[in-house]
Amino acid sequence: MFNLFLLQLLNGAQFGILLFLVAAGLTLVFGIMDFINLAHGVLYMIGGYVMAALSAATGNFWLSLALVLPVTLAVGLVLELLVFRRLYDRSHLDQVLATFGLVLVLSELVKILWGAAPLSVAMPEALAGSIPLAGLMRYPVYRIAVIGAGLGVALALWFVIARTRVGMLLRAGAANRAMVSALGVDINRLFMLVFAAGAMLAGFAGAIVSPILSVDPGMGDSILILTFVVIVIGGVGSVKGAFLAALLVGIVDTMGRMFGPILLKSLMEPAAAAQAGRTIAPMLVYILMAAVLFWRPSGLFGRSVAR
Amino acid sequence: MTAMPPRLRAALAIFALLALVPPLAHWIGQPFLIVIATRMVVFAIAALSLDLILGYGAMVSFGHAAYLGIGAYAVAVLSRAGVTDLTLHLLAAIGAAGIFALVTGAISLRTRGVYFIMITLAFGQMAYFFFVSFSALGGDDGTALAARSTVLGQDWLRSEPGLFYATLGLLVLIFAGLYRLTLSRFGRVLSGTRESALRMQAVGFRPFPYQLTAYVISGCLCAVAGVMLANQSAYVSPSYMSWHRSGELIVMLVLGGIGSLTGAIAGALATVALEEGLAKYSEHWRLGFGLILVLVALAAPGGIAGLIRRLKGAPA
Repeated sequence: MFNLFLLQLLNGAQFGILLFLVAAGLTLVFGIMDFINLAHGVLYMIGGYVMAALSAATGNFWLSLALVLPVTLAVGLVLELLVFRRLYDRSHLDQVLATFGLVLVLSELVKILWGAAPLSVAMPEALAGSIPLAGLMRYPVYRIAVIGAGLGVALALWFVIARTRVGMLLRAGAANRAMVSALGVDINRLFMLVFAAGAMLAGFAGAIVSPILSVDPGMGDSILILTFVVIVIGGVGSVKGAFLAALLVGIVDTMGRMFGPILLKSLMEPAAAAQAGRTIAPMLVYILMAAVLFWRPSGLFGRSVAR
Repeated sequence: MTAMPPRLRAALAIFALLALVPPLAHWIGQPFLIVIATRMVVFAIAALSLDLILGYGAMVSFGHAAYLGIGAYAVAVLSRAGVTDLTLHLLAAIGAAGIFALVTGAISLRTRGVYFIMITLAFGQMAYFFFVSFSALGGDDGTALAARSTVLGQDWLRSEPGLFYATLGLLVLIFAGLYRLTLSRFGRVLSGTRESALRMQAVGFRPFPYQLTAYVISGCLCAVAGVMLANQSAYVSPSYMSWHRSGELIVMLVLGGIGSLTGAIAGALATVALEEGLAKYSEHWRLGFGLILVLVALAAPGGIAGLIRRLKGAPA
């Protein structure tokens, strides 16, 4: 039982790290620009598809991964220039309309280019094995590498935000955009930078997850909604909040699906417990989010908004 | 008595044109047009209900499709139990939606702005996953209905024109009700809260009860659309309440123009017509549909209503 617990904890952490990679860029876009971007999940999907296409073409995992980064960065820049830039000072509704449209366009483009069937990406040989965890239990090296990569990115992000000039401007921009602009900072260039970097992180997440999960047109949708949950629990605009909330959501979701039915079995008869477990497990993260917002309407690390 | 406001005139013209669809469809030998028209009217009801909270109350709900699903499942559950009367289906749908809206609305209204959008989305997803895992009702695959609802024990809704006119009747009724409501004291307070909650508080109104009431009314009316949607497709599935559907409802509203009621109806008709029209040309119709949405958002703020205003030369 303890082994199973540890295994699921690691799986949950790995899922949470992935959510963090997607959420980090989005929470800044939300927080600094007050911009609702429904198309962020699509960038994660594009990362996965570009990875699948490149690794099929080159046969080299590391080369493909290295190429995914500039490609998704470029996609982010193009989208920012063509669409998002014109929407920053519009209402949330116009932003929802445009980015919802983008989700449809880009998902359909992906379907036209690669078909609707799931694609798979081969795991790099260096990371294909597994290491002993506890007792007879083993854990795949690749998943540990994903956790490591995510922690590395989180550390780098922390350094950029807390220790560099760009990070200082970001924090200032999140607190008071008009004031930063009035002090002579080109806020539009800052936006572009944040947006493109966020796109690249989402693409990176999509690329590194591709050997574990298959790449399919629906992958962006499912992660987008969970990313929103992460951002809202963590507090809009807070990268630290997004990190903690991502781990929390990843672990709660993974553990809930595994241990929910087991816990319920001790309370009710097995058949009813199985049904109730299946019903409640996918709802768990949403219940968590509603509870957090009930007690802290601006999330765990969000600035309180004046009513 | 002053002249009829343009938005009321436009709505009446739309209703009159819609009423002509079944005879015209028969005349040109394209009876399936009635089915599409029924879908249009169903979504017009849903978009109208959303306009009350989004357009008049500035509450952007991203989980409104949940009420569509609640209405549809009310039909499925009652039909299973042998209850086929439309009135009872509507009452059950309204009751269930009202309770769900009261609870989730009371929690959601503690938050503002982006947070409100996201928490309504979360409640929508909760409802979605609840029905996905509801294996007694087909779970993910949904469940087919044996027959459409009955009215006074008669199967008037079995024919497509019958269902269409019943749905259109509900749309006219709901439009009239909402039109009166938005002009009433209640509606004025709601619009006032949209403009500035602080000022409304300063003149002595607590926004919360007004907003929550509007939220509950909106949910109940959307459930009515769900009942008719289930009847139209004779099939109920969780996909009615996916976040895509909620997004689509917002799209309809923004396309038509928010806060005028007539715009919501026009937006719903335009959206369903666009989807059906594009789907005939290509299986990749979403590409074209998405492009249109992006272009409208970039180039035509205010949707159809904004466009008409600009064509008339008035400032948008």
